[in-house]
Amino acid sequence: MKIAMNALTLTDVTKTFTMHLQGGLRLPVLRNVTFAAAPGQCLVLTGPSGAGKSSVLKLIYGNYRCDHGHILVSAGGSTVDIASAAPREILSVRQRALGYVTQFLRAVPRVSALDIVAEPLMSKGVARDEATARAAAMLKRFNVPDRLWSLPPSTFSGGEQQRINLARGLLPEHPILLLDEPTASLDANNRAVVVDIIRERKAQGAAIVAIVHDDAVRADIADIAVDVTLFATAA
Amino acid sequence: MNDEPLLIAEGLTKHYGRQLGCRDASLELYEGEVMAVVGESGSGKTTLLQMLSTQIEPSAGRVLYRMRDGSVQDLWTMSEPARRFLLRTDWGYVHQDPQLGLRMGVSAGGNVGERLMAVGNRNYASIRTTAADWLGRVEIPQSRIDDTPRTYSGGMRQRLQIARNLVTAPRLIFMDEPTGGLDVSVQARLLDLLRRIVSEMRIAAIVVTHDLAVARLLSDRIMVMKGGEVIEAGLTDQVLDDPNQPYTQLLVSSILPA
Repeated sequence: MKIAMNALTLTDVTKTFTMHLQGGLRLPVLRNVTFAAAPGQCLVLTGPSGAGKSSVLKLIYGNYRCDHGHILVSAGGSTVDIASAAPREILSVRQRALGYVTQFLRAVPRVSALDIVAEPLMSKGVARDEATARAAAMLKRFNVPDRLWSLPPSTFSGGEQQRINLARGLLPEHPILLLDEPTASLDANNRAVVVDIIRERKAQGAAIVAIVHDDAVRADIADIAVDVTLFATAA
Repeated sequence: MNDEPLLIAEGLTKHYGRQLGCRDASLELYEGEVMAVVGESGSGKTTLLQMLSTQIEPSAGRVLYRMRDGSVQDLWTMSEPARRFLLRTDWGYVHQDPQLGLRMGVSAGGNVGERLMAVGNRNYASIRTTAADWLGRVEIPQSRIDDTPRTYSGGMRQRLQIARNLVTAPRLIFMDEPTGGLDVSVQARLLDLLRRIVSEMRIAAIVVTHDLAVARLLSDRIMVMKGGEVIEAGLTDQVLDDPNQPYTQLLVSSILPA
């Protein structure tokens, strides 16, 4: 019998920050983080603020450097170790396979909300017309009024920006999704939209690693929980 | 997509007399990739850019370029005419000061058309149509096609310089502080334009800037220079969000929040 391959495997991932401006202060954050997520599975990271949950997601995305250990991402028949991959390999994995969604939109000046949402699809090679149509459907799903679609979101409310960022991050149907508090400060309607989309992505076989503080949402989506304090460095 | 680098620099070093300009800089740039070179004034970033773009000869090291026919050539052993042809057609160079990259006494249409003629276009009507199309792409009103850049604002001149460089569909473009000296609102417009065109045309670019926000917005990869040496390099968001070197940490922490 063939055992299903994990989409994402972390082995002994260790991270320490060295603050040179504070006299070389060393801040150990995580030690020997080890877990795996299979396709179709949602793994929730738990632990109090400051335990290093967001750092784990940033390490997987390649946004933080990994001091030690392996972060294996399997997508499209190839496996890449993010901990040692060259920058262009990481970029290629992000474009093809790895989605990272926070509650904060990094707005690009002058780019419309619709284009911001459609952009990751287009960089995956989807034609502009189709990408725009799918982006529009996603914005509609998140109840963003269509009069806002052609405007750059820098002047939008915090909640509107958050929903545009969720639409952008959840649209591309990546096989691996990293979610950092996607539902924080959303109203009940939009929270339900996020939960629905996460369920759809799981059904499509996506492996999801999420940080969720809302107990109800966590109960709705989580298959396994990993307590990050297990990997906290002894103070 | 070709998996060979477009541009390879090996051990580029430049001394100005006894003064070090740049020491042992190496890099590989792939098609469609945008690399930012950041650092303070005097860090060697412009020296590096000028060596890469064959404007100054390195004291040591070499620059290799993969031509359209697939052959890889050492830029300093190429013949001068061949190198000049490359510069006019396959490469672009956007100066911080648009007056250096434009012919100020020639019409906007002429400035763009000249590059087309350099690659053998002779049909006046089609050159004019293409020039007009490019003015539109860089958001210059077509009614200004016959005006000289002298009558243009700073932001318009910079956009015209970009149109002049991109009209021949180069594979590689060098930019030296492309938004330096522009108002913030004009900068944002130019950055958005550059970002869009570079990604649509899949042009590789090396952008020298002291502005980390520009680097973050435009580039995939980043090199940090200090005292003539590359002290840190990697994925742009990784270097800016998790800087390793003391100097990079200082740079990142010195940004005033908007």
